[in-house]
Amino acid sequence: MKRAAFSSPWMPVLLLLPQVSIIFVFFYWPAFEALESSFYLQDPFGFTGTFVGFENYLTLFQNSEYLRISIFTLVFTVSVTFFSLAFGLLFAVKADKVIRGASTYKTLLMWVYAVAPPVAGILGVSLFYQGHGLITQLFGFFGHEFVIGVNYYDTGFALIAVSIWKQVPINFIFFLSGLQSVPRSIREAAMIDNRSSSGRFWTITFPLLAPTAFFLLITNITYAMFDTFGVIDVMLRSEPGNNPMTLTYKVYVDGFRGGDLGGSSAQSVILMLLVLALTIFQFRLIERRIHYT
Amino acid sequence: MSLRKLLAAGLAATMFSTTAFAETNITWWHAMGGQLGETVNKIATDFNASQDEYKITPVFKGTYEEALTAGIASFRAGEHPNILQVFDAGAATVIGAKGATVPVEDLLNENGVKFDINDYIAGVRYFYADANGKMIGMPFNSSTPIMYFNEEALAKAGVSAPKTWEEFAETTAPALKEAGYIPLAQSHLPWIFTENFFSRHNLEFATNNNGYDEGVTEIKVNTPEIKAHFTALKEWKDAGLFEWYGTGWGDNQNPFEEEKVAIWLGSSGSFGGLKEKVGFKFSATLLPYWEGVTKEPKQTFIGGAALFAMAGKSAEENKATAEFFQYLTSPEVQYMWHKETGYVPVTEAAYELAKEDGYYKESPAAEVGIQQLQLPAGEWTKGYRMGFYVQIRDVMNREYGRILTGETSVEDAFATIEKESNALLARFAKTQG
Repeated sequence: MKRAAFSSPWMPVLLLLPQVSIIFVFFYWPAFEALESSFYLQDPFGFTGTFVGFENYLTLFQNSEYLRISIFTLVFTVSVTFFSLAFGLLFAVKADKVIRGASTYKTLLMWVYAVAPPVAGILGVSLFYQGHGLITQLFGFFGHEFVIGVNYYDTGFALIAVSIWKQVPINFIFFLSGLQSVPRSIREAAMIDNRSSSGRFWTITFPLLAPTAFFLLITNITYAMFDTFGVIDVMLRSEPGNNPMTLTYKVYVDGFRGGDLGGSSAQSVILMLLVLALTIFQFRLIERRIHYT
Repeated sequence: MSLRKLLAAGLAATMFSTTAFAETNITWWHAMGGQLGETVNKIATDFNASQDEYKITPVFKGTYEEALTAGIASFRAGEHPNILQVFDAGAATVIGAKGATVPVEDLLNENGVKFDINDYIAGVRYFYADANGKMIGMPFNSSTPIMYFNEEALAKAGVSAPKTWEEFAETTAPALKEAGYIPLAQSHLPWIFTENFFSRHNLEFATNNNGYDEGVTEIKVNTPEIKAHFTALKEWKDAGLFEWYGTGWGDNQNPFEEEKVAIWLGSSGSFGGLKEKVGFKFSATLLPYWEGVTKEPKQTFIGGAALFAMAGKSAEENKATAEFFQYLTSPEVQYMWHKETGYVPVTEAAYELAKEDGYYKESPAAEVGIQQLQLPAGEWTKGYRMGFYVQIRDVMNREYGRILTGETSVEDAFATIEKESNALLARFAKTQG
């Protein structure tokens, strides 16, 4: 076998340079800046400032409110991830069985994906509108006075519901294509061995979907933690008040609205570490159990 | 036409235009959307048409917070506008950053524009000034919280607008409830029931001369008067005499427009919008006060925003900015702004012009804001200056929401507000050192 090699050792470096410089300029540099400013308390205009070491971090850990927001973020992320994956899978399995008008169903289930997060937020605002919203009235029918923006739990429910709704289509698309790539011969062989369709699903189809599910798990957690910003901002109307919010939204509230660059940098460094830990955990512990074909 | 000819023509055109219109261009970043933005554009267009030396371009930058953030980011990048609109809660940030702005008083004096702080109406003079009374930011859209009421609702209940909170609790509210209304709502708890509570009752709001002096300021919010007020609010809410629809401004204004709520506390700047939207007869009057706290209620603070001349601009551009400020504060422009938007005119001369023109005869409610700002001043009514105040307001909103939904007690809430606000103020002091 002939070994391909570059005549000059600088050639590969040169070819890598565009990619590396993009990563450096758009990722490492800002990340480093955030790390640096998390150790300072700075006037937002950049005239004066004090080096405060880990004070910005300590302030966060001593603040009971930060803990409360962290807990909400956990609940939010777990429920959005779980339910949007579950609904996506359920719809995919059902749509996979449909023969007549299949493409109509699929299109109807997918179109939500094209809705931009702030638009989804506006739809959420009108559905959960105080007193008049359709879902508000539905809750009223069952005897619960649903008041978004006033009741902490009602607002939390609305945020989670809209975020799930927004994410179901993409999971649906991925699961559907995953299902369609399960070989027909395996399904037919399984039919002979097991009469129960749910039994067949959990023992044969689901493990074969695992690579898709694993990929979606990571993207959904990332979505729930970071990409729900648009939904949250619109639904809270940029006024958090006594409503729940996620850690990502808190970075915006303190840094952008409040001008506390040091504090919000410390928060984003924590988020960076969190994502790093999550990724390592997922690849180390979960991926070993998944078999790619 | 060949490329060369085209280039030559283009070059000639540019040279011609620069020689023919040697005007100085300045930019103005603001946060006035919708109808307010149109009025801002009208002011700019009129200014540009009124002379041919200067040209101002207004740029809408989103909400108040977004405009301030954009201004800060652009300043750090050296591409900031000449004029930046900064709202009341952001005043400490921009005034604290010495070197970011040119004090408006200096700017006007250096450019030969006559400036006398006493030309401005009493309530707006010192809000954007430093500890020595030098005006730093030019008050622009100035409003103050006032009490709007549905006249039909009050007539039906057989009551008049309450002057004091005692009168509201004993007479007005029960009668309105009897008549089938929710008696009271308001749109901004930190602004109306905190900051302006302190000014209306002439109470100290923060140490260091309400925060104007240098040093680490401490908020004095954990005090009996305001705690009594919030205890009363919670009682009224439980008794159906007051309703709170969340932290959003509009959520609390809508029920008043829908004639469910009889009395609504909002901004004097809300007048223009209300007049266009509602079908019923409404009027406005001064913000009530607690007779038990003071027998001599004072003026309130202004809310809204001011225009700051940003530093690092050429002398010609600063001259243009000064000229624009002179134009902006002229009685005619102020009167137009007042009439179109409902914000108060910032100068005495403009107020006089509005009175002479008979504007308040046709719509008396439009005068309430300015009347309230003209009330006697007290020791603690000139304003407040606290850093990270946007977050302090966030903390207040959060805790007030919890009081009103019964998640916490008044005592605990105010202890939390005091603790978290003072921590924020101490942190802010470090950003200045």
